[in-house]
Amino acid sequence: MTILIDNKSYTVKAGKNLLEACLTLGLDLPYFCWHPAMGSVGACRQCAVKVFKDENDTKGRLVMSCMETVTEGLRLSIEDKTAKAFREQVIEWLMTNHPHDCPVCDEGGACHLQDMTVMTGHDYRRYNFKKRTYTNQYLGPLINHEMNRCIQCYRCVRYYRDYAGGDDLNVFAAHNHVYFGREKDGVLQSPFSGNLSEVCPTGVFTDKTLKEHYTRKWDLTMAPSVCNHCSVGCNTIAAERYGELRCMLNRYNGDVNGYFLCDRGRFGYEFVNSENRIKQALIRNRTNEAATEDEIMEHLQPLISVNKLVGIGSPRASLESNFALMQLVGKENFYQGISEDEAHLNRLVVEMLFSGCVHSASLKDIEQADAVLVMGEDIWNTAPMLALAVRQAVVKTAASQASQEIKIPVWLDSAIKELTQEEKGFLATLTVTTSPVDDIATHSWHAAPDDLARLGFAIASYLQPGKINNTNFSEELLNRAKTIGDALKKAKNPVVITGISCYNDNVIKAAFDVAVALSTSDRKTGFCCVMTECNSMGLAMMEAPSFSVANENIKTNGHATAVILENDIYKHVTSNLADEFFNSCDHVIALDALHNATTEKAQVLLPAATFADGDGTLVNNEGRAQRFFQVIPNTTSQVQESWRWLRKLQSLKLHTLNGHALHPDDLLREMEIALPQFKDIASVSLKHDFTIHGEKIPRAPHRYSGRTAILANKNVSEPKPFNDEDSPLSFTMEGYKGTPPSGVVPFFWSPGWNSVQSVNKYQDETNGALRGGNPGLLLFKEKIDNKDLFFNDVPESFVAAKDRWLLLPKLDALGSGELSSYSAALKTLSPQPFAIMSPGSLLALEAKEGDMLQIMDAGIVYGSLPVKADENLCDGVVLVTAGLRESIGMSWGARVQIGK
Amino acid sequence: MFSHIRTIWLTFLHLFKRHVTIQYPEEKIKLRPRWRGRIVLTKDPDGGERCVGCYLCAVACPVDCIALQATEDENGRRYPEFFRINFSRCIFCGYCEDACPTYAIQLIPDFEMAEYNRQNLVFEKEDLLINSQGKYPGYNFYKVAGMNAGVKEKGEGENEDAPVDIHSLMP
Repeated sequence: MTILIDNKSYTVKAGKNLLEACLTLGLDLPYFCWHPAMGSVGACRQCAVKVFKDENDTKGRLVMSCMETVTEGLRLSIEDKTAKAFREQVIEWLMTNHPHDCPVCDEGGACHLQDMTVMTGHDYRRYNFKKRTYTNQYLGPLINHEMNRCIQCYRCVRYYRDYAGGDDLNVFAAHNHVYFGREKDGVLQSPFSGNLSEVCPTGVFTDKTLKEHYTRKWDLTMAPSVCNHCSVGCNTIAAERYGELRCMLNRYNGDVNGYFLCDRGRFGYEFVNSENRIKQALIRNRTNEAATEDEIMEHLQPLISVNKLVGIGSPRASLESNFALMQLVGKENFYQGISEDEAHLNRLVVEMLFSGCVHSASLKDIEQADAVLVMGEDIWNTAPMLALAVRQAVVKTAASQASQEIKIPVWLDSAIKELTQEEKGFLATLTVTTSPVDDIATHSWHAAPDDLARLGFAIASYLQPGKINNTNFSEELLNRAKTIGDALKKAKNPVVITGISCYNDNVIKAAFDVAVALSTSDRKTGFCCVMTECNSMGLAMMEAPSFSVANENIKTNGHATAVILENDIYKHVTSNLADEFFNSCDHVIALDALHNATTEKAQVLLPAATFADGDGTLVNNEGRAQRFFQVIPNTTSQVQESWRWLRKLQSLKLHTLNGHALHPDDLLREMEIALPQFKDIASVSLKHDFTIHGEKIPRAPHRYSGRTAILANKNVSEPKPFNDEDSPLSFTMEGYKGTPPSGVVPFFWSPGWNSVQSVNKYQDETNGALRGGNPGLLLFKEKIDNKDLFFNDVPESFVAAKDRWLLLPKLDALGSGELSSYSAALKTLSPQPFAIMSPGSLLALEAKEGDMLQIMDAGIVYGSLPVKADENLCDGVVLVTAGLRESIGMSWGARVQIGK
Repeated sequence: MFSHIRTIWLTFLHLFKRHVTIQYPEEKIKLRPRWRGRIVLTKDPDGGERCVGCYLCAVACPVDCIALQATEDENGRRYPEFFRINFSRCIFCGYCEDACPTYAIQLIPDFEMAEYNRQNLVFEKEDLLINSQGKYPGYNFYKVAGMNAGVKEKGEGENEDAPVDIHSLMP
């Protein structure tokens, strides 16, 4: 479609609004209330342009560009005098009450209001009257509130309520007194509240954790990173100053997280700066435990070369580190550091996705699905961003149906909302107990995992009769299956989501069967399985045996040195199993970033890099390999990536390799050869020596300050900048100044666009892919004609035993996460460990809510936990909080005893 | 030949002109108040630190010789945790003073900063902070800012209305 902007002809995509079209073309047009993810409401009147009837029309009319659809041959003017004056006037009005706060405002330097004010040219306050003021509210440890700065764009409530489904932030009062906040002071309840700091175009809502060590955007050294706190793998920007991690920002990836992050991802970074970090290599059981690298090598030389080595990998360590460990100890001695139950489920998921029978759904696919089935997973708490995507699917399905019916464009947000009202797309949540996602579900059912699996198989059998042998389903189950099956059948892009937190393979198998049964030539079905950690998928794809096998082997063969990679065994398996393992090991070498129960057992402890001070690659639950880059330059401390330590150890063993000149991409290339399932993995990111016109890509913005003063207190002669040999990024502000390739975008900035809104300059089109394609390498390819894999093992119905309870984990959206639980702000929001049981179970135990219960399994007592009653939970199941800082490894999925 | 005689003559005439050279250091030079010399951090009329740690001086500095870290007191008042100027790099351009929104950083008429050791030219906050308002008396940023940082309550600043009562429906 061709339109004329200021008498120049441009080709634009039909169906877009004028603002989107202008921004996509790279033209600067100011706006406030419009947000790419939330559409237009035309509230701020900032994006006014002039539209002309035809070439003879000289007068034209002012329109709000976000409210007008592009039409063939449309003539508009951005530069028109009246339009410009109008936009300047609007800013002037907004600024009449805006406080003189910029120097002490955290938004300053990355502020959309500053950018837009400069863009329109308004520079002098002519309003001679008093400024309006508001009192602030306490909104919890994550978000700071400074209501004076508000410009009433309504983005916050539209995001918080409409987009994220929160209900405790609202707009109060009337006319020019409107107030955005909570009904009274209190912690924001939504686990997506952190996005307010990016959604708000001014400094009303800002990141409170950043306030503790505030740094302006122009002073941050930033690098593309990948979130470490769940299996979804959202893209983030890690930002550093003075050797400390300062904040996490969203990094747009059209296929994964889009514009938003969950609070666990945004605020979970503080563990990097925590006092619990391991910064010094230790050799224990000697007078001076601290050791230099040379001492370590000397000490380990005999251990490494003589003893038999056993490697325990980690689902939260990078692919490179796991692979380096595998190289060091040999493939036959490499084990996943997780329980057999979890490893079994992970293997199953890998097998399913490798079969290519189903399409592995990305978050984007889920957002665009028109029917969603969630089976067995409490996605709100195990993978919050997935729950947000499901919400979009549900809301957008209704919106797109409405827009087709009466031809309203989908971006016309308020009209669509008015039309759809409470209408929602299809979502069925079949989970063990209630979850906030149930609020938007068309159909939710709570039962024990085996019963959920039975329903899943019943749905699959309804969709493809005859494939499931067992037809022994109850009437009620069949009716339920019919309702859900019918709704899924109507959909064009259904998605089935499951997860391993039920510790029940039948649930996953049933979900897979539903997805396979739904896949037809005209129906694109997505399948998504939530895993536990950020690299669970990558580790599972390495196809190593589990920790339990390692323990058996070491017990029978004896005499071995265990090398434990970034793994707290005590969180993954029961303590007696872990103790048994450590007792049978001759020596334990541990690499980790934080002190934990496992590192206590190590005779040699090596400080490993976190995502912020190292490079590596993670594979998310979709099978998307994504590279993260170091952001904290390491000049003095011993902290280095695990793979680098392991390579150095390997050179001790082989006497040939020296680990120094090795780059992560070289490691991945070796991995391609050693493990063919990781085909093409080396192409996940650019090579370490990639440059553009001989220039690296700078991690620091061009106005990075203090270069000659930061270290002047130590030595007035500036040291050479830290040289990064592992990536195409440099640690300075010098380097390539254009738009970098999409996978290595260290920050979003464009002339005149200092805030995060500058992301529009990096996209192909609004809400589209980043220029050059969204980063990430998909490891699973869908094979269209392959529909062989199908499971047929329908379990028996769950029967509650009298004295045994099925033990399942209950995660918490903010509190769970082995690393994020060491972040101070999140820790304050994390619940204390507790157990949940049904009122029936409590009755059987003669206990009441609040009683302390002891959970016992095979002789181990897990300690006392207060119990809560949940009437949606079925009898015979006990849920126990998992992933909290206090949590320990339990035999999830086992039948345990409970005593008072 | 003629040019030599002319030069001698002109030099001779200078004997009767006013001295430009002063007998420094016995005699001190008179500098104007806005002469750009040593940089100081000033205090506001109420004795509080004027610097709010906004980083504008640091970003304005063409030689990047200013580094600081902002922090907050219990009232939410921002101040620099450390403030460092590397005078061995400073070119005394005065951009930092221009950029300062609170009149905190000021260049004063003092140039006697020579050091034998370059390291001694690195000034920390305690070296920079003076107990004076400097050239711009009477200005207290927090009285004109919207924030309540322990200096004034919301609505009590200059040119501010009382805080909105959000329960009111009055126009």
